Formats: sequence, structure tokens, C-alpha cells
Amino acid sequence: MDSKIPSGPLADKWTKHKNDINLVNPANKRNIDIIVVGTGLAGGAAAATLAELGYNVKTFCYQDSPRRAHSIAAQGGINAAKNYQGDGDSNYRLFYDTIKGGDYRSREANVYRLAEVSGNIIDQCVAQGVPFAREYGGMLDNRSFGGVLVSRTFYAKGQTGQQLLLGAYSAMNRQINRGKIQSFTRHEMMDLVLVDGKARGIIARDLVSGKIERHSAHAVVLATGGYGNVFFLSTNAMGSNVMAAWRAHRKGAFFANPCFTQIHPTCIPVSGDHQSKLTLMSESLRNDGRIWVPKKMKDAVAIREGKLKPTQIAEEDRDYYLERRYPAFGNLVPRDVASRAAKERCDAGFGVNKTGEAVYLDFASAIKRYGKEKAMTSGIKDPDEATIIKLGEEVIEAKYGNLFQMYEKIVDENPYKTPMKIYPAVHYTMGGLWVDYNLQTTIPGCYAAGEANFSDHGANRLGASALMQGLADGYFVLPYTIGDYLSKDIRTGKIPTDSAAFDEAEKQVRDRMEKLMSGSGIHSVDYYHKKLGKIMWNKCGMARNAKGLEEAIKEISELRKDFWENVKVTGTIESKNQELEKAGRVADFLELGELFAKDALQRNESCGGHFREEYQTEEGEALRDDENFKFVAAWEYVGEPKDAKLHKEDLVYENIELKTRSYK
Amino acid sequence: MVDGKPNNEQQTTNNYITMKLYLKIWRQKDASSPGKIVDYTLDGVEGDMSFLEMLDILNEELVSKGEEPVEFDHDCREGICGTCSLQINGEPHGPDRLVTTCQLHMRKFNDGDTIVIEPFRANAFPVIKDLIVDRSAFDRIQQAGGYISVNTSGNTVDANCIPINKHDADEAMDAATCIGCGACVAACKNASAMLFTSAKVSQFALLPQGRVEAVERVQNMVRQMDLEGFGNCTNTGACEVECPKGISLTNIARMNREYLSASLKG
Repeated sequence: MDSKIPSGPLADKWTKHKNDINLVNPANKRNIDIIVVGTGLAGGAAAATLAELGYNVKTFCYQDSPRRAHSIAAQGGINAAKNYQGDGDSNYRLFYDTIKGGDYRSREANVYRLAEVSGNIIDQCVAQGVPFAREYGGMLDNRSFGGVLVSRTFYAKGQTGQQLLLGAYSAMNRQINRGKIQSFTRHEMMDLVLVDGKARGIIARDLVSGKIERHSAHAVVLATGGYGNVFFLSTNAMGSNVMAAWRAHRKGAFFANPCFTQIHPTCIPVSGDHQSKLTLMSESLRNDGRIWVPKKMKDAVAIREGKLKPTQIAEEDRDYYLERRYPAFGNLVPRDVASRAAKERCDAGFGVNKTGEAVYLDFASAIKRYGKEKAMTSGIKDPDEATIIKLGEEVIEAKYGNLFQMYEKIVDENPYKTPMKIYPAVHYTMGGLWVDYNLQTTIPGCYAAGEANFSDHGANRLGASALMQGLADGYFVLPYTIGDYLSKDIRTGKIPTDSAAFDEAEKQVRDRMEKLMSGSGIHSVDYYHKKLGKIMWNKCGMARNAKGLEEAIKEISELRKDFWENVKVTGTIESKNQELEKAGRVADFLELGELFAKDALQRNESCGGHFREEYQTEEGEALRDDENFKFVAAWEYVGEPKDAKLHKEDLVYENIELKTRSYK
Repeated sequence: MVDGKPNNEQQTTNNYITMKLYLKIWRQKDASSPGKIVDYTLDGVEGDMSFLEMLDILNEELVSKGEEPVEFDHDCREGICGTCSLQINGEPHGPDRLVTTCQLHMRKFNDGDTIVIEPFRANAFPVIKDLIVDRSAFDRIQQAGGYISVNTSGNTVDANCIPINKHDADEAMDAATCIGCGACVAACKNASAMLFTSAKVSQFALLPQGRVEAVERVQNMVRQMDLEGFGNCTNTGACEVECPKGISLTNIARMNREYLSASLKG
């Protein structure tokens, strides 16, 4: 595996690389077409920047508008090593935190570049009019996130993803208005087209008319997000899927570290079988919320039976288990650590809702703390308890109002008065298409950006880093690195779509849809998706073991066979058909799930979000094996997912000493 | 809500019983076919279900009978993407306030209720199928000027070189929270898009970065809004009431001011 990492000192690599790579002159850019699939932070930012540079860009999204990509749901914030707080932050520290947070399974050079461009992202977004939160002096405000000891997270209330995406969307709109971007909405990429081994276009389906279309380009960028919906229940949008990435994988792009999945600790617990998705409560809440369960088993039981309220439990009878286990980081340990700790307490019988799978996130002490401070700054002397709580609740509302409102609407409880109930849920996938330093996959001309690639977060992503990576890839990395490849295409001319390669790809797409429509019609698509989700959650979830993973591979393989024989898809191919859309996506999840389990089975160690029960310390902490597993697992498609061929990219640490991760 | 006392005594009890509902749903094959209301009865609905999960169950039943499910737009199901719509008993996003349809929960309804479900209605939002409408007119309004013309260079000035008064920044943020769902248009008797358009105009009008192009922006966006066939604003305020994000009418007043001042500048 050639990761094409530039030589030289870590801090100079990106500058040196930019100076070394080939450029395409402005007149030639006008003759080059680029397809960008997905219009979230990575895709939207890349499309806008490529169009600004002069390339002809076509964007594709399954949503009815680019503004609706799931980046919009990111809540808490975006990291940048600006050191505006003067708390000792630097590019190096952001780089170090990210590598350590990822449990030493990411590439040094990529992560350093990410830290290096992080400051530019904030500058760029402010210039675009993104309304970040400000202090009274007019300067930008920051908050803290898990796994770090500085305040480097910029935010726009609890809607940072929305504001950043609307920024990228506005940059796209400017280029659409200039005719430099053609935006195809309600379109789904059905396959990647390779001509002479190079990515030269896609087959897309117009989701309104059902029409199959051919689109050619000199390069194809996949910015199609993660595959968390393989679990059926996740915080992803209903439509989030792996189709584009998986189609590319089947055409030769290696898929890296599929088992590295992030289970986010603070989500609203499952309420019943009807549940269609899970809702995240931003990690920023852990700045002020304290996580606990009852210390006494009898209290936990009484709570589950509805005989006791959390507010009736005395302070000394509460187990603030994160503060107890990890005094240095407390409630702000990284996500994988917090999730496993919640599972540990609930498995031990201390869960606090009907299902026994929930812990408390309590704001009572923060409300009092802020209330006292506010009373002082408002000149109120000797405020009474009620005044303190009222003022404190106002501060909390200003910080997290929209999240509290969302919680109240879903759960029907007032989180200002009673602690929130939370439980871990599938949230983000660190794994994805393998890319080199230029973000190119193993298919020449096919690039992957944002969550769709595997590159920067190792085995666990730190909070507020997904937005940073999506925008770094889209605004500042891909638009330059892709030029090096395209510089060889200035004489190629327009890629025709009437070639044998396009004929063949279109035929495969049509055959596959017809096969989906011709199932015996016993079970709905959702039936299979839910079954797959159960296997994944039970056997490939927060804790995994060899036996369960072997069973998962077998069960998924059988389920896939059943799906292709017996799925029921109503409607027709040549019309709007949401059941057919779902069927195509679930068919790919049924393959990816198998590879996921296989990847988890080969990785005989625990690291980050991948926790193998066989590999843990006596205290239940993850036991990494750097001697045997300090590599990226890149899988080559050779037929059945369980037969995939493993390629290893050894991770070289020249600047950071590998250590056991400790947040104590 | 900090002060508001939740009136959920009765709603909470609804969580634990199941409801039988009579649904009247708009079915329409495609843009060129006529549509009609079709009756469905759905049993076993729980208060903890979201409105869309209730429709999921109906669809699961329809698919099992070999019938085509009811198509509706939805995606994030956490109230932020703006994809879901639906006119529920005559109100965009249904009877609850400050929520989108995906966050509306069935505890707001009672056993035996009849619920009428239609697509958002407006000339500028043609129906695509069943409950799905085409809202691309909103994109075109944004394309006409909903941006600040700045290239991605990595060499813009440092973010803290532009200090912004906190009050202005907060107000810009409030305007920017618009999710582009179209409830304002569906609520308006004139199908006006003034609240939507003014939210973006306001966001940029309140920020120093946005002032540079303020004159062209408001003129171009209003021109596109009119071209798309949205109606005029007659200040009834229905849009503000139904907006799931609480976008304020103040934004319309600000846009009118911006537009007038732009016209005077030529």
C-alpha cells in the first residue's frame, strides 16, 4: 500500500507537497469535468472550491436540496487550533490529541495536515457569514469537548453543523448561479464507471422519474458519508447509506477498517420496537452535565419500577462513575471510553429506565453554579435558592436551549427539572474507503472525502472533529491534490458516455434493480434491515468476541441470500419508488455488514471503538496490540465479502511515541 | 421550556395506551395525475411514536398487503434537515408548536381521532407524488444571492479581525436557523415566501461581511422569489406561528427596509 506521504519533517510535509504537485492552468480547467457525489460538508465544500478554481462540476445528492445533507445534524461544534483562549493550544497539540484519541490507528501526516488547516476553516467560514457564537467583546467564543484539555471548539448554538453546511451550500449556490456547478438533486449514484481502469463517470437514477442516466467526468469524488445505518438504528439520517462507497469498493476501491465504528455515549435511549432512528444529544452537554447512576442496586430497581425519582436520590447515593474512574478527564473522556463505561454500569444492573439501558445526564449542579455566577454579575446580593435556579436555567437555556427542547419533545420530560436519560448509540464510522495522502482511492481518478474515507480518526474520533475533517478535505485538501491527477488529462477531451464501459455499467444497474423487483415478495425491505441491525448491534456493537463475530458472518450471509430471494418491493422501476431506493441500499448494507464482522474478527486487539472482550485489562480497559496490529486493514473485493483479501498499510510513528491511552 | 408548565398530564397517560386513528391521506400518482383523499384506519398507535413512525407502520401494513406505500419526504428525523413537511389537520407540521413533523409525537393526539394529511399546498411547490412536493424554488432563491462572494483561499483575514457585536451575531444566528422546510409558504393564505427569503437577507444584513453586497442581494433574491410564483405578504403572521424554528416576522420588516433602501440606491 503506497500512502504517498511526502518526505521531510512533519510540519513541512503539506507545504512541500503543495509546492511539488502539478497544477492545471486556468484555461485548461475549463475543459475538465468533475463529478462530486454527496453535498454535505466535504462534498459541498469540494464542489464549491473546484468550481471557483474553474473546473466544470456536477453534484449529485439523493436529498431534494444540497442543504439537507446529514452534516446538517451535527450539533456541538468544530475544532480549530486557534488558541484564542490562550490555554496553550497549538497545531501540534490538536494533532497529538487526535492521534491519541484515535488510539494510535491513524496516519501522522494526514492528521498533522488536518490540524494545520483547521484555523483556516474558521477564517473561511466567518468570511462566508457563518454566525459563530461570540463573546461580549465581539470575539469568537469556544467550548470544550471530550478527550482534550483545552477549549478549541467553535460553535453556533447546538446547530454548528447546520450553519457550516449552509455556509458550504451558499458557496455552492454562488457557483450554481455562475453556471460552474450543475446540481442534480433527488439523484442517486447507482454505480461507478471505469474506463481503462480509471474512474470516468457514474450511473445515476433520477429518483423522481426513475430514469437511469449516464454522467461522465475526468474524476469522481465520493463524499457520501458513513455507513452507520448498517445497524438500522443510528443517529444517521434515514437515507444515509453506503451505496456509492460500496459500488466503488466492488469496482476495485479498497475498504479500510470497516469495524471502526463510533458509538456515541449521549443519545436518547430506545423507547420501543417502532423506533426508526436514534437522536443524539450533543457531546457539548458533557461540559456541564454530570453522568451518574444510583450507587445502590435497590435504588436502581425502584427507579426502573417507577417507584423512585432521580431527584429523590441523595448526593452520596449517586455513582458519578466517569468522575470516579477517570478523575483527570471526568465527564469529558473520549466517546468510546464513556460509552463502554455506560454499558458496564447498565450490564451490572444499574440502568435507569424500563429497559435497563439508560444512565442519567444531570444539569442540577451546573444550573446552580451558573445561577450563582449570574447573580453575582447581575449585582444580586444573597440570592435565594429559587433565584439561583431561575438564573442558572436561563444560562443553560442560552447554551443548549434547542437540545433541551428537542429532548423534551421526544421524551416528554423537562430536562431542566429532572436529569436526562441517555444511552450510547451508533453515530459515526471512522472506517471507509482507503485513500492515500491525496485522498485518492485505489481506483485512479476516484477520490473519497469526509466521513466516506477512513483517513484521519483512527479507531475513535474526537468530538467536533468530523466537521473539521469534512471541511478540511473539501475546502483545503482535495481541490489541490486532485489537480496533480487531472494535470495529465488536459488533452483527453470530453469523456463520451456511449462507450462499452457505460453500456455495461448501465446494464448491471438495470439487472440489479430488476432482480430486486422480482423477489418472491414475502418480507418488506425494513424487515431485513431490522434483522441485520439486530445482528450488528448484538454481535458487532460496543463489545465483540470471536464467537459472536463468526456467527455474525454466517447469519448475515444467510440473511442476504434470503433477502435476494424473498424481498418484497412494491411499485415500479420507472417511477418514484421509495421502497426500491431502500432495497438497493439495504442490499449493500447486507454485504458491508459481513465485511465489517470479518474485519472485527481479524483485529485481535481492542482499540478505540473496537472492543474485543478477549483483549482487556483487569480494570476492563482496552488492550491494544501494537506489535501485531499497528496497521490499516484495507480490504480488496474478490466476490463474497467474507472472502475479501486483506492488505496491510503499516502505520509509522516518527513524531509520536506510542503509549497506552490513559484518561485517568 | 424554563417557565412554561408543560400541559402533559393527559399526554403522559397517552404514552401507555394504544390509539386507533382514522387517517385521511392525499394520494397522487405523479405530478400530472389528479389526486384524492384515501381513508385508512390504523390501530395500535403508541404515544411515544413520532408522527412519521406512525406512517411507517401504516406503510409496513400496506406493503404487506402488496399495496404501494404512502410516499412522504423525510430524512434526519431530528428536526434539522427540513426535509419533512405535511399539512396535518390543516396546519404545516401539525398541531404542536416549534416542531417539525418528524418531532411531532403521537401523544399529541387522542384515541379515535381523525387526522387529515395533505402535502404542503402552493403553486410554487408542485406535488411530485402523494405527500411529496417540489421545493426547488427555494434553492433558486438562494442561488440568486443567498451568499457572500468569497473564494476559498485559506488566506482570508483571521476570524477575530472582524469583531461582531454579540447581539447582532445572536440575531443573525436566529435568522440563520431557518431549515427551508416551506411551512411558512404552506401556512400563508397567499403562499408567500417572505419569511424564508427574509431570514437569509437578515442574516447577512446583520453581519459586516454581508453588508458589502447587501443592495444586490436583496434585489436579486426578491426578484427570484417573485419569478417563482410565490404570493405577496399581507402581514397576517401565520408563517411565524407555524415556523418550526420560530423565525421572527421582524426579519420580513428588515427585508422590506433593505429592499426600500436598495431601491433608493438604485
